[in-house]
Amino acid sequence: MARVSLQVNGQAHSVDLDTRTTLLDALREYLKLTGTKKGCDHGQCGACTVMIDGRRINSCLTLAVMNEGRRITTIEGLGTPEAMHPMQAAFVKHDGYQCGYCTPGQICSAVAMLDEVKAGVPSHVTADLLAAPDLTPAELRERMSGNICRCAAYSNIVDAITEVAGGTG
Amino acid sequence: MKAFTYERASSPEQAAQMVARTPNAKFIAGGTNLLDLMKLEIETPTHLVDVNSLGLDRIEATPDGGLRIGGLVRNTDLAADLRIRRDYPVLSHALLAGASGQLRNAATTGGNLLQRTRCPYFYDTNMPCNKRTPGSGCGAIGGVTRQHAVIGHSDACIATNPSDMAVALRVLDAVVETVQGDGKTRTIPIAEFHRLPGGTPNVETVLAASEMITGVVLPKPLGGVQLYRKVRDRASYAFALVSVAAVIRKDGGSRVALGGVAHRPWRVEAADARLADGARATMAELLADARPQPENAFKVTLAERTLAAVLAQARI
Ligand SMILES: Cc1cc2nc3c(=O)[nH]c(=O)nc-3n(C[C@H](O)[C@H](O)[C@H](O)COP(=O)(O)OP(=O)(O)OC[C@H]3O[C@@H](n4cnc5c(N)ncnc54)[C@H](O)[C@@H]3O)c2cc1C
Ligand code: SF4
Repeated sequence: MARVSLQVNGQAHSVDLDTRTTLLDALREYLKLTGTKKGCDHGQCGACTVMIDGRRINSCLTLAVMNEGRRITTIEGLGTPEAMHPMQAAFVKHDGYQCGYCTPGQICSAVAMLDEVKAGVPSHVTADLLAAPDLTPAELRERMSGNICRCAAYSNIVDAITEVAGGTG
Repeated sequence: MKAFTYERASSPEQAAQMVARTPNAKFIAGGTNLLDLMKLEIETPTHLVDVNSLGLDRIEATPDGGLRIGGLVRNTDLAADLRIRRDYPVLSHALLAGASGQLRNAATTGGNLLQRTRCPYFYDTNMPCNKRTPGSGCGAIGGVTRQHAVIGHSDACIATNPSDMAVALRVLDAVVETVQGDGKTRTIPIAEFHRLPGGTPNVETVLAASEMITGVVLPKPLGGVQLYRKVRDRASYAFALVSVAAVIRKDGGSRVALGGVAHRPWRVEAADARLADGARATMAELLADARPQPENAFKVTLAERTLAAVLAQARI
């Protein structure tokens, strides 16, 4: 067991955990933040995506104890039903889901992904590594490939992200 | 997952000491491979030493015009570093062809080099596997072998190394830097870092169990056209069936390495000299000793065609 202090959505929490507890299980089972979903639990589906110090990661493949002192943002920290984050609003507007299970992960991933683009991080489909990346559908699809949607709402997800990124949507 | 104790190191040397003095201890960096395998009880360390806050997350110039990449630099940051994009683009391309945005944000240079095979029989604890349980046999031989090695393998193991990054490091002749608990450091050329399986496929590198990777040094830039082409079952987020890392220079000195075909990135220096003569001539040298399995003979043809595509792209 270990006592772990976690800073989640601007709030400090202190919990006694088995060292084996992943960040995902700590969020869901101990902090009762069940917006973050468990899909495959092996880093393959992206449903558990959260942001740590502003960067998206799979919360199933990191231990809670490894994230002491880090700034963790989950879907609950991005917005509320009354005051949605622009990305949440765009997913609603464009119907970027069917069952909704992958949606929190998709949205956290999309928000952090746009920051990566702003920071000039290239992708596998960026033809010129030295040019600022364009936000074409091909770029968005490649950059979001770590988030699987079993309902295949992909084209609506691309529309939602495009709108937030400043495209036409 | 088996229970373990956890501590955080405050220097690389101390981390190596911590791993050395506790039986069955392991370093943990991004955790994206180790935790995956611990959940399946393929890896069962009883102690984890967290190396995430040791200041090894920088990329700095070396006196002879190269770069030293800290062992904890994240794959995303390495791929996006302007000096890597400009002077070692094959490395950026290889990193970006691997895993997903989320995984690359967590994955580290050292962890990527030590990631374990994706052989499905290694992952299935109901099956024999000499890599997971030495002496138990190889479940893959005679089984489903589409993903497996075509060269350099043994009767004990036909697994491949899944790293994209390592293939680029091999073509760039990178050097791995390590430290041990007694403070002793050493440098290991990437060519000597990963082992072929032989009779001990469980021993994958030349590192000692408590030896920590502190950095990877890139020699001064090679120039030329640098390409990484990965062929896989879907367009993104899948491991390579075959990949080609190449540095093509008009004045000679071109180089090529293959991923997805062997237990380590596959390079044969004699084949580099044949690049000017085309893909077929190069592959005749590079994969001369190929012994594919019934299900993966296609990899030999695919490797040649992938190299042909790379050479065509380099000419444009
Ligand atoms: C779904 C999925 C898809 C993936 N797809 C790809 C792909 O297409 N291409 C690809 O190349 N990779 C792929 N990967 C693998 C990924 O690149 C690796 O998991 C990652 O690079 C490992 O780095 P890490 O820092 O997380 O290592 P960890 O999991 O922390 O560690 C891995 C191993 O290295 C040891 N270690 C870590 N750091 C050090 C150090 N500094 N010194 C000594 N030992 C150390 C650990 O003890 C452990 O044994 C994929 C992974 C997943 C889960
Ligand atoms: S190929 Fe290697 S890793 Fe796969 S089952 Fe055989 S021994 Fe194990």
